[in-house]
Amino acid sequence: MSGDVMVITEHMEGKFSDVSFELVGKARELAEAFGGESIALVLGGGVDASVFASHATLHVADAALNHFNPEAYARVIEALVKERSPRLVMFGWTVIGMDLAAWLSGRMGVPCVAYAKDVRVENGALIVSSQAYGGKLIAEVSPEGEMAIVACLAGSFPAEAGHGSTQATVIPSPVDLGGLKMKFLEVIKPEAGDVDITTQTKLVAVGRGIGGKENIELAEELAEKLGAVVCASRPVVDAGWLPRTRQVGKSGLKVKPKLYFMLGISGAPEHLEGMKDAELIIAINTDKKAPIFNVAHYGAVADLFEVTEAMLELL
Amino acid sequence: MHIVVAIKHIPSIADELPVRHNNIDFDSVDFVLNEWDEHSIEQAVLIKEAVGGTVTVIGVDVIGELDNALHLALAKGADRAVKIAAEEPGADSHQQAKWLAEAIQNMSPDLILSGVQASNDLDGQLGPLIAAYLDLPYIGGTSAIEVTNGKAMVLKEFPGGIGMRYEIALPFVAGVQAAPKPPRYAPVSKVRQIAQTAKVETIEPGEGESGGLRFLKMAPPVVTGHAEMIQGTAKEIAARIVELLKSRGLL
Ligand SMILES: Cc1cc2nc3c(=O)[nH]c(=O)nc-3n(C[C@H](O)[C@H](O)[C@H](O)COP(=O)(O)OP(=O)(O)OC[C@H]3O[C@@H](n4cnc5c(N)ncnc54)[C@H](O)[C@@H]3O)c2cc1C
Ligand SMILES: Nc1ncnc2c1ncn2[C@@H]1O[C@H](COP(=O)(O)O)[C@@H](O)[C@H]1O
Repeated sequence: MSGDVMVITEHMEGKFSDVSFELVGKARELAEAFGGESIALVLGGGVDASVFASHATLHVADAALNHFNPEAYARVIEALVKERSPRLVMFGWTVIGMDLAAWLSGRMGVPCVAYAKDVRVENGALIVSSQAYGGKLIAEVSPEGEMAIVACLAGSFPAEAGHGSTQATVIPSPVDLGGLKMKFLEVIKPEAGDVDITTQTKLVAVGRGIGGKENIELAEELAEKLGAVVCASRPVVDAGWLPRTRQVGKSGLKVKPKLYFMLGISGAPEHLEGMKDAELIIAINTDKKAPIFNVAHYGAVADLFEVTEAMLELL
Repeated sequence: MHIVVAIKHIPSIADELPVRHNNIDFDSVDFVLNEWDEHSIEQAVLIKEAVGGTVTVIGVDVIGELDNALHLALAKGADRAVKIAAEEPGADSHQQAKWLAEAIQNMSPDLILSGVQASNDLDGQLGPLIAAYLDLPYIGGTSAIEVTNGKAMVLKEFPGGIGMRYEIALPFVAGVQAAPKPPRYAPVSKVRQIAQTAKVETIEPGEGESGGLRFLKMAPPVVTGHAEMIQGTAKEIAARIVELLKSRGLL
């Protein structure tokens, strides 16, 4: 076993995601505590892989890995982890990392902590804090054994420490990438046409607390009076009350408006990922323990309908 | 076409969450079907309606209250319900995935679905673990799965409304983010009727070892910041907000 910390980076359309830099920065620190090296792993061609502050960067540049293919990525990572036996493998808890981290854990028979917010080494032991129950509880766990996997939420560490210019070493794929069961077909881009919520200065965000499609109109009315546009949490979009283009969060859009006015949104980690940098966050929620109150600047424990009606009367 | 759907019932996060001995006090919370399992059941039933076949729902009954969730799934269109009777509230994802993988292997499914994650402990691992133990590929975050001639066309979601399409040879494991349609509603009367007549098959758990995580503690987050709370009636709150927006030049 080594003291190395391996980071599985991710990129789309030639750009690495912020979480890759966040992880590399953290990996450097952890590797030093373990007496090993941080290794950034880059899969797929079409990217400049020499952009990390890792001790080393490995680049498997096969075209079969250019677009994310869960099976191909999983097999390549499994082979490289077996070959190098790092102390720790780090993923982002993203739509990519979620497909890979636990699968690798099952294959390797080593522990995996998902939803990690913090990773540290205390007296040689690895300690991970992770979010549970929609962010209402934090679990602190210590993975046992000689190798562990952690998958960290985006935004958990500063990204600056991960930027650098370590020269990437191109290596051949350790597995045959022909004959896979999964074939990547195409990228589908969202249809343009609706308003672009990422360019708005004011947003009224509605969550499941809005109760039904018939109540969206009320939020629209308030938005109009405020000079804002209505956006939503995922359940509202899944229920078909608003189009996908209005969704804020992990699987939606990232927004940074001057005002983010929230009606009936609990503040799950996946929603926070998309809006926590808004300049002024005001949240209305009937649950005084809603995690959103730990993030919002102003909050009120109140019924959203009553507050909205009252605001409409004033505006 | 045989589709197996792994379902989980979890403490409702709308409730207070009392912590006892490093875990939720399961006696004082309500249990609900995991939100994403509503979607995986819907996805399975949609495939069955399109190409025929059967849908089996299966769960590890760690709390001893899984029947409600299984009955709900039957009311929504599943054909067969199976529970692994392992009353071990402390069983972790690895252990449960071993039990499930063994049971599912014996069912020779063409497709295995799980929810993309559950809102409770160390999320989203179970589907990929089942795939790893069965040596199958896993794809999560799916929002549409269509099956034709031994193959599936799968749409996986990426941030910003981007989707990627894959062609995948059966069998494989998918973690469902959303069904292509909002999950259907099963009337309470139908669930009640099924609860009286349905047969839930019970199997004993096989071997399974834990995933090697030592729990140190579980507690509400240490809050570093908190919103400034606006008190008063709805009218007073509204007035304060309007004032706030004006003072910031936002109105
Ligand atoms: C891989 C993945 C990606 C995801 N991506 C996203 C994403 O991009 N965006 C996203 O938002 N979610 C995303 N989610 C879902 C996320 O986990 C949560 O389920 C979701 O954010 C919850 O939305 P919500 O707050 O509207 O609903 P809930 O959590 O159900 O909260 C509703 C809130 O409304 C309050 N309420 C109810 N009635 C009233 C009332 N009358 N007045 C005031 N308050 C009221 C309740 O107290 C509650 O706090 C993702 C999940 C996964 C697994
Ligand atoms: N005890 C269980 N029995 C059956 N399926 C489960 C169980 N726990 C988790 N799952 C499945 O795994 C998915 C993700 O759950 P989790 O890994 O706990 O976040 C759920 O949506 C279910 O499909």
